[in-house]
Amino acid sequence: MRRRVVITGIGVMAPGGTGVKNFWSLLSEGRTATRGITFFDPAPFRSRVAAEIDFHPEDQGLTPQEIRRMDRAAQLVVVAAREAVAGSGLAPDTMDPHRTGVTIGSAVGATTGLDQEYRVVSDDGRLELVDHRYAVPHLYGHFVPSSFATEVAWATGAEGPSTVVSTGCTSGLDAIGHAVELIRENSADVMIAGATDAPISPITMACFDAIKATTPYNDEPGQASRPFDRTRNGFVLGEGAAVLVLEELGRAQRRGAHIYAEIGGYASRCNAFHMTGLRPDGREMAEAIRATLEEARLNASDIDYVNAHGSGTKQNDRHESAAFKRSLGEHAYRVPVSSIKSMIGHSLGAIGSLEIAACALAMAENVIPPTANLHNPDPECDLDYVPISAREARLDQVLSVGSGFGGFQSAMVLTRPERNTA
Amino acid sequence: MTASVVVTGLGIAAPNGLGAADYWAATRKGHSGIGPVTRFDPSAYPARLAGEVPGFVAADHLPGRLLPQTDHMTRLALVSADWALQDAGIRPDGLPEYAAGVVTASSAGGFEFGQNELRALWSKGSQYVSAYQSFAWFYAVNTGQISIRHGLRGPSGVLVSDQAGGLDAIAHARRQIRRGSQVIVSGGVDASICPWGWVAQLTSGRLSTDDDPATAYRPFDAGASGHVAGEGGALLVLEDEQAARARDAHIYGRITGYGTTFDPRPGSGREPGLRRAIEIALRDAALTPGDIDVVFADAAAVPELDHIEARALTEVFGPRDVPVTAPKSMTGRLNSGAGPLDVATALLAIRDGVIPPTVNVSPHADYDLDLVIGQERATELRSALVVARGFGGFNSALVVSDAAPKARTS
Amino acid sequence: MASTEFTIDDLRRILREGAGTEEGVDLDADILDVAFEELGYESLALLETCGRIEREYGIALDDDALAEAQTPRALLKLVHGHLVTVHAG
Repeated sequence: MRRRVVITGIGVMAPGGTGVKNFWSLLSEGRTATRGITFFDPAPFRSRVAAEIDFHPEDQGLTPQEIRRMDRAAQLVVVAAREAVAGSGLAPDTMDPHRTGVTIGSAVGATTGLDQEYRVVSDDGRLELVDHRYAVPHLYGHFVPSSFATEVAWATGAEGPSTVVSTGCTSGLDAIGHAVELIRENSADVMIAGATDAPISPITMACFDAIKATTPYNDEPGQASRPFDRTRNGFVLGEGAAVLVLEELGRAQRRGAHIYAEIGGYASRCNAFHMTGLRPDGREMAEAIRATLEEARLNASDIDYVNAHGSGTKQNDRHESAAFKRSLGEHAYRVPVSSIKSMIGHSLGAIGSLEIAACALAMAENVIPPTANLHNPDPECDLDYVPISAREARLDQVLSVGSGFGGFQSAMVLTRPERNTA
Repeated sequence: MTASVVVTGLGIAAPNGLGAADYWAATRKGHSGIGPVTRFDPSAYPARLAGEVPGFVAADHLPGRLLPQTDHMTRLALVSADWALQDAGIRPDGLPEYAAGVVTASSAGGFEFGQNELRALWSKGSQYVSAYQSFAWFYAVNTGQISIRHGLRGPSGVLVSDQAGGLDAIAHARRQIRRGSQVIVSGGVDASICPWGWVAQLTSGRLSTDDDPATAYRPFDAGASGHVAGEGGALLVLEDEQAARARDAHIYGRITGYGTTFDPRPGSGREPGLRRAIEIALRDAALTPGDIDVVFADAAAVPELDHIEARALTEVFGPRDVPVTAPKSMTGRLNSGAGPLDVATALLAIRDGVIPPTVNVSPHADYDLDLVIGQERATELRSALVVARGFGGFNSALVVSDAAPKARTS
Repeated sequence: MASTEFTIDDLRRILREGAGTEEGVDLDADILDVAFEELGYESLALLETCGRIEREYGIALDDDALAEAQTPRALLKLVHGHLVTVHAG
């Protein structure tokens, strides 16, 4: 008999408001958290908007040494992990460290910390042979982002299977999927699983400028992220972290934990097509969706809501709409689809976990978060994208998908555990 | 019921040999690939030795279109993957759709590529940053590029757990085959021998500052003083055993057990997780300690870490009860490439019935290890344990066994 | 100081440096009217190429016009138009 996995805790650090409560307010009210970049002078860049978090680590309980040691992405994920564990009701005395593990997704690791430290050791690029005497003592933790898993394990007391999953922009979904597999195969009973990225730095803006992936729509930053809209012209870079407490169903029930949702199915495929490009027909994403539904033993028509990747690039939104039609058939035209990236931007590897957190909260509230800024639907994106305002609906089975550089296409279904407990 | 997972192809790029044949010949003879850093001028840095892959000319192996968009480590990985698939005799286009995937480990990504783009950014301006910076440095790049080159569209992944990650990737590849994939190309290649990578690695406090290749990296020696960093690694072809046998593939051996744990947070006073990882791996393999014929050690060469490893091994196997070796004393530590290279080495050792030596080491008497030093040791091998630890608390252990299927209970 | 001329040989050099050469393609042949796609260059390679042209010649190429320039001749014409504007002003 297959071990089943449920979500019993959620922690979120997202633009527009930190913590689960603020995150859900933003999404359910359809507000946007994109703005002109404040972290550095964006003048030289083509894209000058981002979804930044107003984050003061000392106010979030991090100690001076934790702040010195960790890159911003690590700080965000540790704060989110603490919120998730606190909310789950798991206490140190009821956790078996050996049966508790950590999987953290991240696409670009400590890229912001590396950018800052490189400036110093190279003296703004003057030195080719960078000067080790100016390196911060914990630079190794930026060099290899497995430090994110280390920090979360230390923060939560986990001593079971622990790793970082780095599959580009599907990292967040894949980290949760990986954790689910570890619980199912009985390598752990509890997994602290999520993702983080804090990529809003000059090097990241520069590389996305170079491939024109981020939007040059700088004049009205609050409306810059426009998934599925005819006028969309790139994504808005974001940052954030979300962490879930995943638990074996029986264990969660025995301790009377609040259960947000069950992970009904998960699958990933690779397009083997191009590092940044997408095959127009969406076949690999469609196959990931098909395999996910099969694992969850659901039909396409059972899906009540699709949380889209919806990055707002011309290519992605078309690709994805094609994938939904290919995998869900006629139901694709009936099921509500939305992209929360319209509100919180695209935080690369973190976004997959933020989206699963949003899906779990949507199921708890029976409210579908909208696609903000969608005023002029693209004729090639002809599905129901829940424009502008949230919508109430009974949500029992929810699908979330992701698509990443490197060709990764992943899908996950959340269900209500009571549905098949009987 | 779980599918048996076998290894049918090896591709190796190591400091003491490019290609499996050269590497294995050098390793059996105890030929080290450690020497002065040549990829940049190391004289201003406290550590000046490295294990660099010799004689690698990317343009001899890879199409011109790939060169501007790939870091050195991706080029090594692409070539190793080519060799592994050739060795396995697999033509990926003959496989069913979605039947094959790629799972690699990474530690620092394409760090040299990133270094060059950071330099362009800060010395010349943001418009000088390459379009390829959007992926060429990131941790998923090797999986992505290998999948594209060979059309591998099945479940794929990338794991980062510092030096433990290479074993985690192979174990995850096994998981994917048990879930229905037929072939997974898996392993890891790392290469961060560039000034920026060097400065980052120095902050681990674990790089040896000894200038003598004969004494710089001496795990389990009383004179252990840190490690030499190396580049390279291995890609392996993992395959469902039934599928491999159906096509009459040469089978190097089976992946039979895996365990992974995380160390308690510093200062907790709790026992490190390494012994538990080994025990989980043995249980997973349904083997007893007596069934293990050789251990490929993590071999940190930091006294405290050597002590922890030696103690875990003696607690599980008994004092001097199993031969232990560290061929990485000839390559340096390869980060995510280390575990896969040790797995490949273990499979070659099982094939030829020899344990390759650990070089430059006189074992510290306190450790009670039967360390295979100086020369290879001929002996029949059926199962080997590979141990790898990552900076920050990661412990992984993997068991590989010979090709002959073990008699199954029930 | 930005150059004032952009020739097919300049384009060949920038393509080689920034995107490499596809096997079986001879960039030194008469490629003026051969589609970039046939020369083995996809959109990413062209983005890298155009980024190099922009910074070397101190010009900014329009996104939509770039998408239209599907052969070396079309790209040369586009770049040349910008150079004339820059140096006339």
